[in-house]
Amino acid sequence: MTGHHLEIGRRQLLGLAAAGGVAALLPAGGNAAPVRTNARIVILGAGAAGAAMANRLAARLDGASITIVDGRREHWYQPGFTLIAAGLKPAGYSVSTTGQWLPRPVRWIQEYAAAIDPVAQRVTTESGEALDYDYLILATGLSLDWAAIQGFDMNMVGQSGLGAVYAGPQQAEATWRAMDAFTRKGGAALFCRPATEMKCAGAPLKYTFITDDRARSHGTRADSQFVYASNNDALFSVPVVNEKVKLLYRDRGVDVRWNHVLKAVDPAARQAVFDTPEGERSLDYDFINVIPPQRAPAVVREAGLSWADKWVDQGWIEVDQATLRHLRFPNVFGIGDINGVPKGKTAASVKWQVPVVEDHLVAELQGRQGTASYNGYTSCPLITRIGRAMLVEFDYENNLVPSFPGVIAPLEELWVSWLMKEIALKPTYNAMLRGRA
Amino acid sequence: MKELTVATLIAVFEEILGRVTFWALVALAAVITVLFLMTLIRERGLLSRSFLRSQMWFPLGAVAMVWFVMRVTNSRLADIGGPIDWFMLLGLGIWGGVGAVMWAYVIGGAIRRRTV
Repeated sequence: MTGHHLEIGRRQLLGLAAAGGVAALLPAGGNAAPVRTNARIVILGAGAAGAAMANRLAARLDGASITIVDGRREHWYQPGFTLIAAGLKPAGYSVSTTGQWLPRPVRWIQEYAAAIDPVAQRVTTESGEALDYDYLILATGLSLDWAAIQGFDMNMVGQSGLGAVYAGPQQAEATWRAMDAFTRKGGAALFCRPATEMKCAGAPLKYTFITDDRARSHGTRADSQFVYASNNDALFSVPVVNEKVKLLYRDRGVDVRWNHVLKAVDPAARQAVFDTPEGERSLDYDFINVIPPQRAPAVVREAGLSWADKWVDQGWIEVDQATLRHLRFPNVFGIGDINGVPKGKTAASVKWQVPVVEDHLVAELQGRQGTASYNGYTSCPLITRIGRAMLVEFDYENNLVPSFPGVIAPLEELWVSWLMKEIALKPTYNAMLRGRA
Repeated sequence: MKELTVATLIAVFEEILGRVTFWALVALAAVITVLFLMTLIRERGLLSRSFLRSQMWFPLGAVAMVWFVMRVTNSRLADIGGPIDWFMLLGLGIWGGVGAVMWAYVIGGAIRRRTV
């Protein structure tokens, strides 16, 4: 699973602007002769990262045995969840099938992995099938720990003002129903984020903006209270973006509470309990969007691949942040949410990570040293109202790395940035899954 | 490989407009271009008075194009934020306006032919 964002490459937008100009009609490169190998490659996870990797390896390698392990039949376009929960798209907008994205020469095992043994170089599936590998690519995504929120009941999402955009397309649609009912009436809206690393850290912020926008169009905003409970003392990890969002929240009248970590919800009483440095605090709500703690899936945490001294409660894997290669098991790579790196839990990051892992893996098969490096690129079309967004792109060092410097200002609320999020991201994402972008 | 391919570009536009609408519009654009060129050839050049009359359709085409894009993207004119948004709006307007003028000129040409 990967996060909620996807960037559009500069060339793609220039191509869009040229609308079929000559430059756009030139075929993409990358037609190098396939590399002969009999390596056994196992990919865990067939989400955005796994499917994209499988396609690119299938195209680059000749003779390799590539196996992808994932029990999920449905593929979810997760960047679409926000649009579904905003009432702009139906649940089906984000749903396709896993099978349709996987290339033919790749063997898809339709079950989950039960164990990983990086010393013996073996993955065992739930049915007990043992898969020996020469190279392992972890693209498992992450697990949403709903059980960590006391009182939360997935069956109640959409009722009693309970929202859960992250849970899936159906729940995102149910959240829209709850949000729509709330904004027609007004009242207290409560937003929060977990204290763990999370996919798309901008999603809780943009859902606050969207709900605010809906309340304004229904004329109920003046009689409503909006509270954003931040898990620490910032709204966003990139300082310059953090300051901008603070200004916008002030402008929109969103009341921010710092160092509040959601612990429990009581849907009947419409009350949320937070852990704070001063002890437990309760906040009443008429609508809440619950986002649970996020961790590496248990099968990864139990494999001894995680950092021992970082994110110990979350279990992200110990990879080099530039090469995405495991620091203790050099034949193991990570892509996407599972990686223990400071940024990069978005689909846009996956798009930049996949070619890096491909480069190092293929180079090794050729007896060379890979040269590609991931700089932490992460992108977030931060919707600030329906019809406007800020195209925020940054790297490990918290530098802003705009794709269109001097043209699309990253900290400006723009219609053009909204157009990208709404209409151009999904096809770009689909092209990435097919290994074409 | 963060490259643009023709397939990606087409996929983007199919997503924006829907597959049928996109290809119908492509066909329509091709048809109007061919008809416009045929009119020029048949009349051995541009008839300035007819062309001037056709240009009266420009504002209508411009407004129609902007309205169409706003409609398919859940946007409003109030969403226009920075300079790039104005350029985008201008570009769309010009695109729609030029299309309308071409249509008007071609239709005008057909009427002229019938009345000659």
